[in-house]
Amino acid sequence: VIEINPTSIAFFVFSLFILGGALGVVTSRNLIHAALYLILSLFGGAGYYVLLSAPFLAVIQVMVYIGAIAILIIFSVMLTRSMTNMREVLNQQWGWGALVGVLLFLFLVVGMLLPVWGPNGAQAAAPVSDVVTTTVDLGVALVDGNQYVLPFELTSLLLTAAMIGAIVIARDDEQN
Amino acid sequence: MDCVNYLSDCLTSSGWAPWLADLVSMLLGVVLVATVPLLTVILLIWVERKFAARIQDRLGPNRVGPFGLLQSVADAVKLLTKEDITPAGADKFIYNLAPIIAFATVILMWAVVPFTPIHQGADLSIGILYFAAVGSIGTVKVMVGGWSSNNKYALLGAFRTIAQLLSYEVPMVLAMLLPVMLAGSMSLQQIVIQQQGMWYIFMAPVAAMIFFVANLAETGRAPFDLLEAESEIIAGYNIEYSGFKFGMFMAGEFMHVFTAAVFVVVLFFGGWSGPFVHQIPILGFLWMGLKIGFVYLFMLHIRNTVPRVRIDQLMAFNWKFLVPVSVLNIVLVALVLKILQTIGLTPAPGMETDFVANLPQTIVLLLVNLGMIAFVMSRIRNLGREQRPVESDAAEIVPVSAAH
Repeated sequence: VIEINPTSIAFFVFSLFILGGALGVVTSRNLIHAALYLILSLFGGAGYYVLLSAPFLAVIQVMVYIGAIAILIIFSVMLTRSMTNMREVLNQQWGWGALVGVLLFLFLVVGMLLPVWGPNGAQAAAPVSDVVTTTVDLGVALVDGNQYVLPFELTSLLLTAAMIGAIVIARDDEQN
Repeated sequence: MDCVNYLSDCLTSSGWAPWLADLVSMLLGVVLVATVPLLTVILLIWVERKFAARIQDRLGPNRVGPFGLLQSVADAVKLLTKEDITPAGADKFIYNLAPIIAFATVILMWAVVPFTPIHQGADLSIGILYFAAVGSIGTVKVMVGGWSSNNKYALLGAFRTIAQLLSYEVPMVLAMLLPVMLAGSMSLQQIVIQQQGMWYIFMAPVAAMIFFVANLAETGRAPFDLLEAESEIIAGYNIEYSGFKFGMFMAGEFMHVFTAAVFVVVLFFGGWSGPFVHQIPILGFLWMGLKIGFVYLFMLHIRNTVPRVRIDQLMAFNWKFLVPVSVLNIVLVALVLKILQTIGLTPAPGMETDFVANLPQTIVLLLVNLGMIAFVMSRIRNLGREQRPVESDAAEIVPVSAAH
């Protein structure tokens, strides 16, 4: 049973953003349009995070996925204007790809529906967790020796290496 | 029942359903928060034109209304009646979307501005990040506007603009970390409350300067107005826009400058804090307005007196000066702050809003910042000396006339 209140209305609006945006991404011929639909879809995802009381993740979603990744996609598409309106089909395996996509989607639907509405379900009423975590907890967890300090440092190292790599590739040859 | 400050409770007590009362009061708040910058910008354009005119020894608008005050209103009406041209081959939907994005992203920033201790759109626990995130969406308007116009000059202008906006976002976000570190919170309301004892401009002047300069570049104001460069190129990404769509870009830009001033005040000048603000919360508007006015006029002064930089200077200034200095700033201040906390010079819990309790850490941090400024300046001076030709070399340069 779904209660009609502002939260559930917001949930459906965001769901519409995500699904409509995702449909737009795969159906539009124009790459810029596809990228804009992607932004809409990602924005809906950020809305979900807000509804789940995870504002930090919501803002990071907007900053990283919309502010950086989507912009990067549009930027590279803009440089290749002839690619924005492609008509011919370059991918020969699209039939197989569609099949795999549908199967994966079915797995996802089954995996989500069974735990909630399946024979052993009815966890829907219970909240996922009673522990309220704040952004401070998240920050502490990332630098706490007993929690995630190693993955955090490794990720930082990886990103630094990627950044240096990009600079090395983009740099002019000193000899010339 | 305090109906002025808490409409929702008031409606509930008069028999409304609680969720409906919440929804209505929230919607009213949204309309209010979105209208304030809109109405302010009409006056700001007049202030800006008058200010620029005085600097250039002119009178400025003085025909429409008293002191020319209604000039902007007349301009808005004029823009509405202009022909709305859509270029052939333009991507219509996106072309119309760009001005809306330009406008909306600026207004969205106002949702988290704490005007007084109790008047605020939404006190998000991550308010400062929200500001950065919404600002980063603003880049989309440039791309979309430049690309959909079907004009190669608009596209080239968009490339330049995006390079500038993305670059200056880095030092801006790095500078915003300092108030977060000092306040121990990302909520803008909390940052303002913590500043009641001492404004962060005194504890982190370097960060304040970096934030201010990066914001000048983000808003595309002189000396960083390469997006438009009115006197050299016609316009940037928005060259094809006319009528009210152009007006929306322009109003968005003016509002962005004002919004930047608001955030400078909130992060570094104590926001609404001032005398008697706890007894009469509405006074917060006054104190904040005064501070914003000061910062805004300073921005106008810079705009009208500093010449435009070249694009390579713009990039070099960001990546070779602002970014390294902001990183150094963060590392140094974080280290000093930790040492201060360990030896107990930071205000005791509950004493953060006390002026005297804040003095020791302010003095130490100010000295550290001044030392940093001295170090960076001497480094720049040495670099300049190395690049300048030595006197003996200069003498060997043969005059052009003698060479022939």
